[in-house]
Amino acid sequence: MSTLYMNIVLFAMMIATAIAIVRMNKLFAVVMLSGVFSLLAAMLFIVLDAVDVAFTEAAVGAGISTVLMLGTIALIRDNENKTVRAGILPLIVVGITGLGMVYGTLDLPAFGAADAPAQMYLKPDYMARTVSEIDIPNVVTAILASYRGYDTMGEVVVVFTAGIAVLLLLSALQQRPAPATTPIKKPATQANWQNHLILRVVTKMLVGLIILYAFYVQFHGDFSPGGGFQAGIIIAVAFILYGLVFGQNAVYQTLSPWVVHKILALGVLIYIGTGLATMALGGAFLDYGVFAPHHPSHGQHWGILAVELGVGITVAGVMISIYYVFSARTGPLRDTDW
Amino acid sequence: MWDLIIDIASWVLIIGGAGFTLIGTFGLLRFGDFWSRMHAVSVCESGGAFLLLAGMALQAGFVLVTLKLVVIGVFLFITGPSATHAIANAALVRGSPDLKNAVDKKIVNKKTANKKDKPA
Repeated sequence: MSTLYMNIVLFAMMIATAIAIVRMNKLFAVVMLSGVFSLLAAMLFIVLDAVDVAFTEAAVGAGISTVLMLGTIALIRDNENKTVRAGILPLIVVGITGLGMVYGTLDLPAFGAADAPAQMYLKPDYMARTVSEIDIPNVVTAILASYRGYDTMGEVVVVFTAGIAVLLLLSALQQRPAPATTPIKKPATQANWQNHLILRVVTKMLVGLIILYAFYVQFHGDFSPGGGFQAGIIIAVAFILYGLVFGQNAVYQTLSPWVVHKILALGVLIYIGTGLATMALGGAFLDYGVFAPHHPSHGQHWGILAVELGVGITVAGVMISIYYVFSARTGPLRDTDW
Repeated sequence: MWDLIIDIASWVLIIGGAGFTLIGTFGLLRFGDFWSRMHAVSVCESGGAFLLLAGMALQAGFVLVTLKLVVIGVFLFITGPSATHAIANAALVRGSPDLKNAVDKKIVNKKTANKKDKPA
């Protein structure tokens, strides 16, 4: 019963946030509200016991996309364009489409139903086999990295391709002459530092802990919620935080863009390389059992460790490099920008 | 008996934390200017989060989850006030429209004078 109340409250808040996003004119507030929306969605996933998905939603939706959206706003104006015409026809079209979608949901299984076709097709099989074949407590990781290893490889390649595309688009834009309003790139002087002394100290305290937590999420993914996707995001967040507070030059010295671009590809190579290694050892592509012929579940552990590492490295590389191109476009923040 | 005491203590903490957070939210909605709103949220959130986490830790007992709650508490205790500081500092440097309502005129004048010194 309490689940029902929580669902009602969360859905009501999500609808209110969505309406606020539509009505809002300031893009900054819209970005913040979409972060709130993602956080509410993450809570909904927790109510549904999908903790891994909730973790991803909170890290990606509420965390890194908010930062990247703010980076985009820094490049453009922060007000929405005035709507030129607001006719009655679009409202009718949207209304009919919405009614059609509501009508479509009538045939769907009940919200969160355990006997939905999506739950009944392969899941019982995976749940039963994980214990003997893979022997790790977190079934989500077993499914993600082993049973559906091809799908996850596809996802990593998609993330990689999207990252490359963003890099190409933004670095092509960089060829154009900089507009006059672009701030001049100069190292922060001592006087500028004093105003965010607190932020600098706090960042120094936190960056190491955030990276440590990312490694925990990465390597503890077999036992608890988390894995490569979440860990990659968290590592990226550590570097973005460092870059935001200490400036572009400092973060470039820590992790140069050259290295990040290589890391971007390294993760995909590790993933596919694991598959090729299993083939070389005489198994099928991504059939980790061959890593330990006498104890296939140990081989599964090795394989899952390797591909999760690949996922994490690529995700971190893509996120950091996207942040790098954004920050290169806007230039370092001056003190008056705070 | 001991269990009952722990249970009562943890619920007192949790309800207290929820109350603090609620009061902070009222402050955010009802206070007049940016600085008072900031103050209401910052203080009540830090205190409320601490009470809530303490209550949850009592519920959990001496297990790994308690350690995680302590770590979350430390993290919130560092990041919450820092975030408030960053927002308030940004508003101060950018010149929030509520500046003239601020109580401590001296700080405001000093900051704005600093800003004038530096060529932007």
